[in-house]
Amino acid sequence: MGKVQGNSGILQRMGPLVGLILIVFILSMVNSDFLTVSNIFNVLRQVSINALIAYGMTFVILTGGIDLSVGSIIALSSAFAAGMMASGTNSWLAIGIGVLSGTLMGTVNGVVIARGKVAPFIATLATMTIFRGLTLVYTEGKPITGLPDAFGMIGRGYLLEIPMPVIWMLVAFGVLYVILKFTSFGRHVFALGGNEEATRLSGINTNRVKILVYSMSGLMASLSGIILTSRLNSAQPTAGTSYELDAIAAVVLGGTSLSGGKGWIVGTLIGAMIIGILDNGLNLLNVSSFYQQVVKGGVILLAVLLDRSKKK
Amino acid sequence: MTDLLTMEGIHKSFSGVKVLEDVQFSLRQGEVHALMGENGAGKSTLMKILSGIYSKDAGSVQIQGTESAASSPKTAQALGVAIIHQELNMIPDLTISENMFLGREFKWGRTGFINWSKMGAEANNYLQQLGMDLNPDSLVGELSVGQQQMVEIAKALSMHAKILVLDEPTAALTKREIEKLFQLIEALKTQGVGMIYISHRMEEIFQISDRITVLRDGRYIGTRDTNITTMDELVQMMVGREIKERFPKVESKIGEERLRVEGLAQDGKLYNINFNVRAGEILGIAGLMGAGRSELAKALFGVGKYHGKIFVNGKLVTIKGPAEAIKAGLALITEDRKGEGLVTDLSVRENLALPNLRSLSRFGFISHRSEQEFVDDSIRKLKVKVHHSGQEVSSLSGGNQQKVVIGKWLATQPKVLILDEPTRGVDIGAKREIYDLMNQLVQKGVSIIMISSELPEVLGMSDRILVMHEGRITGEFARENASQETIMVAATGGKSHG
Repeated sequence: MGKVQGNSGILQRMGPLVGLILIVFILSMVNSDFLTVSNIFNVLRQVSINALIAYGMTFVILTGGIDLSVGSIIALSSAFAAGMMASGTNSWLAIGIGVLSGTLMGTVNGVVIARGKVAPFIATLATMTIFRGLTLVYTEGKPITGLPDAFGMIGRGYLLEIPMPVIWMLVAFGVLYVILKFTSFGRHVFALGGNEEATRLSGINTNRVKILVYSMSGLMASLSGIILTSRLNSAQPTAGTSYELDAIAAVVLGGTSLSGGKGWIVGTLIGAMIIGILDNGLNLLNVSSFYQQVVKGGVILLAVLLDRSKKK
Repeated sequence: MTDLLTMEGIHKSFSGVKVLEDVQFSLRQGEVHALMGENGAGKSTLMKILSGIYSKDAGSVQIQGTESAASSPKTAQALGVAIIHQELNMIPDLTISENMFLGREFKWGRTGFINWSKMGAEANNYLQQLGMDLNPDSLVGELSVGQQQMVEIAKALSMHAKILVLDEPTAALTKREIEKLFQLIEALKTQGVGMIYISHRMEEIFQISDRITVLRDGRYIGTRDTNITTMDELVQMMVGREIKERFPKVESKIGEERLRVEGLAQDGKLYNINFNVRAGEILGIAGLMGAGRSELAKALFGVGKYHGKIFVNGKLVTIKGPAEAIKAGLALITEDRKGEGLVTDLSVRENLALPNLRSLSRFGFISHRSEQEFVDDSIRKLKVKVHHSGQEVSSLSGGNQQKVVIGKWLATQPKVLILDEPTRGVDIGAKREIYDLMNQLVQKGVSIIMISSELPEVLGMSDRILVMHEGRITGEFARENASQETIMVAATGGKSHG
């Protein structure tokens, strides 16, 4: 479990990794600055925000759903946390409440989708707009600044020379990998995405599983929001805009099927790295940011087409 | 009369399982040729070869003397073959004329614009030919099933179909609609259309057909002229001689009442259902398609709201969902293996473990060792043929898939096992193993409710038989008093008790 099933499993699992290695190889050939310790950590720090969101998105997509609201959850939950910190609340308490609020926003998504039987795309499209609007209301459209210095440690600090966001990314990966691979909840996620009716008739509370995965997605989004806020030393009302797309791209690049039931979280981490490294590499090569988008989109398309042809 | 269609020496296997072996079939102009056989006899496979959905492994199909190379439904259509399926293939939100000419709309010249008036007139023309008074602009979704079927036939005619396959055409029709359909069939005969009529209903076949061909276990058994054969002969041909051998029913000790249902109802689906099952008993439930048998099974399993009372071991239980049903000691093996029974993307191991994860986990973590032990044990007990338990379940044959479904439920140690069409799409060998398994279970005191459309199976394995019709129980028979005929009478709405 936690792997891509099937006879083509090995190929399918290796595909994203081979792609990643290929991109790293090419970039290190054409630019000597790329494969340096400082640049690698720099890339990983950039990757971490997207990776955290994409982990949660992996669970959602494995059930056959989608969560478009993560970008707005980042903005609203970090605005809450920053607002409290700016008005003098204890940092840890503020972070806790921020993350809790993001989790609850995810729960709202889950309840609407599971109990209201609204298509995930529509439900989260609506909440994406609602949460963004609420962020603008709460912040009055202005950034929240004046955050305590200690808070900066979370996003800008180092532990044994390793940037903190990278640590968070790896710790979260470990926890979620174990949940997906070794717990009955993880198994239920795969089963639900593979065949909802069969899963329900097996006595599994499919609504509960759905609500939980969206809550998790909200939790992961708000965690990455906290790190983002710490790095920027402010909460921006437009933070996280269109982050959902990079997260979905990372999941798909990693080989998880958008129709649910098949995939793995290792692939998502690799997918997030591919996107981050592409961004970084193209920057080093002085490719204009306009062209960068074209290349990124092209890579995603290519990856999905290759995946299709493998499955034939 | 010339032969419209000649099929000879047809062979077909699916992943090593022979479904058709040296089968022949012919159809003359203006003839109704009935195709009979139990479920799994190979009727629908043969028809799917004719209509280009499947390709044959060997043999020849000649349509009006020329070898047909129908490789797709489209080429078969061009050769004049049309199938009216059991499940109608109409789009409810489109009108009659839109449905009839879907993909071949009449247009203004070569533009993409539809010539509505011409399309309506053409549709009307075909409807009139069939003596149907329907407005071509009305939505198909507003028509009755019978009317929709007529529209399908009109559509087939509009495509100049010469060979019309009617697959269980009366399964969902009222008596009146059946009469109307038969008039239509008579009219089509005079136009020279050849019809292949697939049905389980003997009376109809004797009423409407000219010849009857019987298949059994994928083999051709024989063809008879309808006016010189008898029902007994046909049943003999369909069932074969070895009925005792095929259904190895063992007598088990029937004990206490396990499940009692009182006044069970579900809006629009089930009405006032009362029955009980006792320990060690196999209760067969017979009925036609759409009689509400699967709905009953699902209602017992907590799918949808129900009215009425369900008692397990004499205790009143409220079943709000599958989880509660499992807790109460029920297990449901659904008829739709792929749609409801298995998660086909997952492995044999993961499917077997799915309803049993709670007992295989500690603090939410699955114990790999107990899972593997449980899975190996199930595979051994049920004789599931797999290379390894990590194999994707979709790569197994129908029989082995069914064993996986049964296996995943046996571990929940059900008191009452509901089997909905347990041997559908399963080859003879695996069928026998499933029957043996049922015998073992009842000897251990499990109660089995077996829903089946195969009357020989119901008659061969049940201790007691309930018959359903339109959401109601219309007959109850002890094993000794039941026969195909008495069951069919009750299944078509005639009330009787044996």
